[in-house]
Amino acid sequence: MIPSEFEYHRPGSIAAALAVLEEHGDDARVMAGGHSLIPMMKLRMADVPHLIDLQSIDELKGISVEGGKVTIGAMTTQHELITNDALAAAAPIMREAALLIADPQVRYMGTIGGNVANGDPGNDMPGLMQCLDATFSLHGPDGTREVQARDFYEAAYMTDREDDEILTRISFAAPKGGQAYEKQKRKIGDYATAAAAVIIEKASGKVASASIAMTNLSDTPVFSEAAGSALVGSDCGSDAMSNAVSAMLGDIDPTEDNRGPVEFKKHVAGVILRRAIERAWSRA
Amino acid sequence: MKDLEDRQERIDNLKGLGCSRKRVEDARFTQGKGNYVDDVNLPGMLHGDFVRSPYAHARVKSINIDAAMALDGVVAVLTAKDLEPLSLHWMPTLAGDKQMVLADGKVLFQGQEVAFVVAKDRYVAADAVELVEVEYEELPVLVDPFEALQSDIVLREDIKDEKEGAHGARRHHNHIFLWEEGDKDATEQVLDEAEVVAEEMVYYHRTHPCPLEPCGSVASMDKINGKLTLWGTFQAPHVVRTVASLLSGIEEHNIRVISPDIGGGFGNKVGVYPGYVCSIVASIVTGQPVKWIEDRMENLMATAFARDYWMKGKISATKDGKITGLHCHVTADHGAFDACADPTKFPAGFFHICTGSYDIPVAYVGVDGVYTNKAPGGVAYRCSFRVTEAAYFIERMIEVLAIELNMDAAELRRINFIKADQFPYQSALGWEYDSGDYHTAWDKALAAVKYDDLRAEQAQRVEDFKAGKTRKLLGIGLTHFTEIVGAGPVKNCDILGMGMFDSCEIRIHPTGSAIARLGTISQGQGHATTFAQILASEIGLSADSITIEEGDTDTAPYGLGTYGSRSTPVAGAATAMAGRKIRAKAQMIAAYLLEVHDNDLEWDVDRFVVKGAPERFKTMKDIAYAAYNQAIPGVEPGLEAVSYYDPPNMTYPFGAYICVMEIDADTGEHEIRQFYALDDCGTRINPMVIEGQVHGGLTEALAIAMGQEIAYDDMGNCKTGTLMDFFIPTAVETPHYTTDHTETPSPHHPIGAKGVGESPNVGGVPAFSNAVHDAFRAFGLRQSHMPHDHWRIWKIANDLGLHG
Ligand SMILES: Cc1cc2nc3c(=O)[nH]c(=O)nc-3n(C[C@H](O)[C@H](O)[C@H](O)COP(=O)(O)OP(=O)(O)OC[C@H]3O[C@@H](n4cnc5c(N)ncnc54)[C@H](O)[C@@H]3O)c2cc1C
Repeated sequence: MIPSEFEYHRPGSIAAALAVLEEHGDDARVMAGGHSLIPMMKLRMADVPHLIDLQSIDELKGISVEGGKVTIGAMTTQHELITNDALAAAAPIMREAALLIADPQVRYMGTIGGNVANGDPGNDMPGLMQCLDATFSLHGPDGTREVQARDFYEAAYMTDREDDEILTRISFAAPKGGQAYEKQKRKIGDYATAAAAVIIEKASGKVASASIAMTNLSDTPVFSEAAGSALVGSDCGSDAMSNAVSAMLGDIDPTEDNRGPVEFKKHVAGVILRRAIERAWSRA
Repeated sequence: MKDLEDRQERIDNLKGLGCSRKRVEDARFTQGKGNYVDDVNLPGMLHGDFVRSPYAHARVKSINIDAAMALDGVVAVLTAKDLEPLSLHWMPTLAGDKQMVLADGKVLFQGQEVAFVVAKDRYVAADAVELVEVEYEELPVLVDPFEALQSDIVLREDIKDEKEGAHGARRHHNHIFLWEEGDKDATEQVLDEAEVVAEEMVYYHRTHPCPLEPCGSVASMDKINGKLTLWGTFQAPHVVRTVASLLSGIEEHNIRVISPDIGGGFGNKVGVYPGYVCSIVASIVTGQPVKWIEDRMENLMATAFARDYWMKGKISATKDGKITGLHCHVTADHGAFDACADPTKFPAGFFHICTGSYDIPVAYVGVDGVYTNKAPGGVAYRCSFRVTEAAYFIERMIEVLAIELNMDAAELRRINFIKADQFPYQSALGWEYDSGDYHTAWDKALAAVKYDDLRAEQAQRVEDFKAGKTRKLLGIGLTHFTEIVGAGPVKNCDILGMGMFDSCEIRIHPTGSAIARLGTISQGQGHATTFAQILASEIGLSADSITIEEGDTDTAPYGLGTYGSRSTPVAGAATAMAGRKIRAKAQMIAAYLLEVHDNDLEWDVDRFVVKGAPERFKTMKDIAYAAYNQAIPGVEPGLEAVSYYDPPNMTYPFGAYICVMEIDADTGEHEIRQFYALDDCGTRINPMVIEGQVHGGLTEALAIAMGQEIAYDDMGNCKTGTLMDFFIPTAVETPHYTTDHTETPSPHHPIGAKGVGESPNVGGVPAFSNAVHDAFRAFGLRQSHMPHDHWRIWKIANDLGLHG
């Protein structure tokens, strides 16, 4: 549990951080809260000769809710997601999900940017971002570009982000309708056995729109368009829910690990999704 | 009245037996001021780190240390070749086997020590580990003990042709021993003729004590005066000194072993590890102090595991539930080397306590020890030697028998308990239970949880479940366990030839305070608190005026250390006995001071009083002063005593635990609604410490039963080498516990105390596990292996067709 030697950088601006990234290329990596990266370095699974700590870059921090649009700086901690009242009012699902991540100690350090940039299928925020149809802003040597969360994840630890880009902020429209985040885990501090993010809009007693994303059931988060569609137009009754679950099961591809065999994970994914739908619907 | 009040006040001032005195050690622990091995930092100290095997079974073709040696700051890289001239490439284990210190030609488990890097800096050592090039040739792996006993694959080539092991005949090259107790023929006959027989394979999975502080040592060889000082995470420092002397040839008086504060042991720190040996050798070779501290993964993957017992049981009874016989065959997976920490003559520990709390007329136990490609160990994880396996076995067999008989499991226990008037009780497997009153404890427990109401609620729940009204099941987990602790009588218990007595040495200072030193070593049990209380009640000085010191072999009397709940039964007894010697001498001094005959005095709380003249007395404080400032004819100056206590028998704590658990049949999640724990540990020294021990032990039991395991894949890779996968409960997972007690003193212990630290682990595991089983009993479940994590519980439900 001892990392190999590395040089520590603490730039004060995005531009300065990009300059260090550019100078050291593959040998450099940015660090946010460090709660995914440092364990990897200690296990010597990640070799980072130049570590660029983003904590002194104020431009990357803060939460704003304006005109129905939520913008969150990449360096905002998960703890801040929980304690920000404006965010809790605009998108209660953020708070609900953040409270299910790790434990208070990790949440004081871990950031939303690190969580979504990491690319670990176990992270909770990526699925939620897909459910919210969030947009990621990436800042690179050629300026800024935007990518949809639904297009961002390619495989485990592989994302659309280029090595010389920094994720600066995340934005999404404050969701309408009922929301729920449901997660099964083995203990506090554990990643999901299965988790579901669900947002349902209701109109005249029927589902007007539904967005569903699942976590830790494939090598990327799974936005299940089919599962959402299965609910639209229904009264969210048990048939509709079964249809949504079947559709979701067609989209996930879990693997066996210490949390259990594939069959179990699929079963739990179904149970968790049902619960999330029921709860979101009750709030719609 | 005034006198009585005054006397009570004097008793209270002592803070002796029965007082919930706050733990004196906690001030430093809770403020980060403990002093652990890793806090030892000496000038010029070097740091060691291991190159470990990535394979479970492989031949080591070559080891190239050149690149590592070339790294700036690297002082040495030791391999088996370097240790061989000193005959230290292998070391003896506590179980009479031997173990490689560094890989000698092959590796036998993943994580095995291959080379030891010594560097000026901990970080350089870690870098150098990466630079050691080891060429392996993979060999086929055996992770299943049943397969190992059939396989042509030879694990231990060093003893391949040896037909005799430390514990008798070996019938296969992967076989270690067969150990038997009881009357096999008679038991088989009873089973053959029985009205009812229940048969089941009960597996107690491999787990690990995982103490908060991992293992480590600092060795410092002073070449000028020839003295070796060794700080380490040792549960038995004196035994370590003797072993170190025998292995190194350094005379025992030239070795000083110090166990400083220890951050939990739970059996993990009883054994001798290659890291200790390598740090000693490296210090001898370099002449500088060498520190070795393992990390969490190394601790989980390479130091002593616990359990891994496959217990095939048969229990017979009459139709109305009177048990007539018990038969058990264990296949014990010991891993690559037999490094179990048991008294020498007991290769399966005290597993033959497996008749439990029941009056079983005839029984037989056979245990086959087997080598596999897994880490060595087999320690008593917060239990007396293999007692938790035994308790789990019998408490599962009782449940299975209850199913077979279609009988309530509480009632089945009640009709088979050993009765209060049968003590001292001779068990069919050779133990003499000292004291107990099981029926009283059981009735108290059942009444406390309103057992009949719970069963009614459960029946309703089953109906509701079947009717589709709920997906949650209710389990009621019962356990009545009997522990056997306090090893033990020197006549049959020893570790490496050292009899398992223990010791206490007391010095009373002139002003009436004292220091007592013991051969044991606290790892969180609170010895500094409770042993002072024992002594306070014996000698009449306040516990606050008594320092308890342990762990330094230069100052403490020889003792066998702390594990197996032996400290109170053995060292606690030594403390009381040494205290009585102090009091005997004090009586002579008091008689002189009061100018009366010894026999004219009687002891009263903290003083000797002239019989019939209560106003004439001398307090222990007065006496202590006199011992140092007066010439008393026929009495040596000073006030000191030492006692080495060889217990006449073990002690047999017991308890009744009941766990009420809600189980989600769909997700496999559980919630513990109620946990009631009644413990009878004889005389209660400090109720608060007892309660703390029970809470901690129950939480470990919860972990073991509900998720904690050391698991391997088919290639022998350890799948649970980090705390991400190795389950340690947090406050969130830990339920509320209700503790209770009865008090049946041990008749042979000087103060009647029995030991309690391990009872909750012994009794807790079957209580949790039985709750899971019980929830599914109505649906046909007989036996399912632990740990009962989500997917395994889900699988029970799935296999029983509960997912529609
Ligand atoms: C015990 C424990 C339990 C946990 N449980 C959970 C859980 O249940 N659910 C969950 O979601 N997470 C969990 N985590 C992970 C935790 O939430 C992490 O903190 C988070 O995933 C990463 O955030 P970070 O700020 O620590 O990122 P870091 O560890 O600093 O970085 C992670 C990765 O993202 C990259 N990165 C970070 N910021 C940027 C950026 N602005 N631009 C580009 N790349 C960037 C880094 O280079 C690195 O590769 C757990 C962690 C621990 C230690």
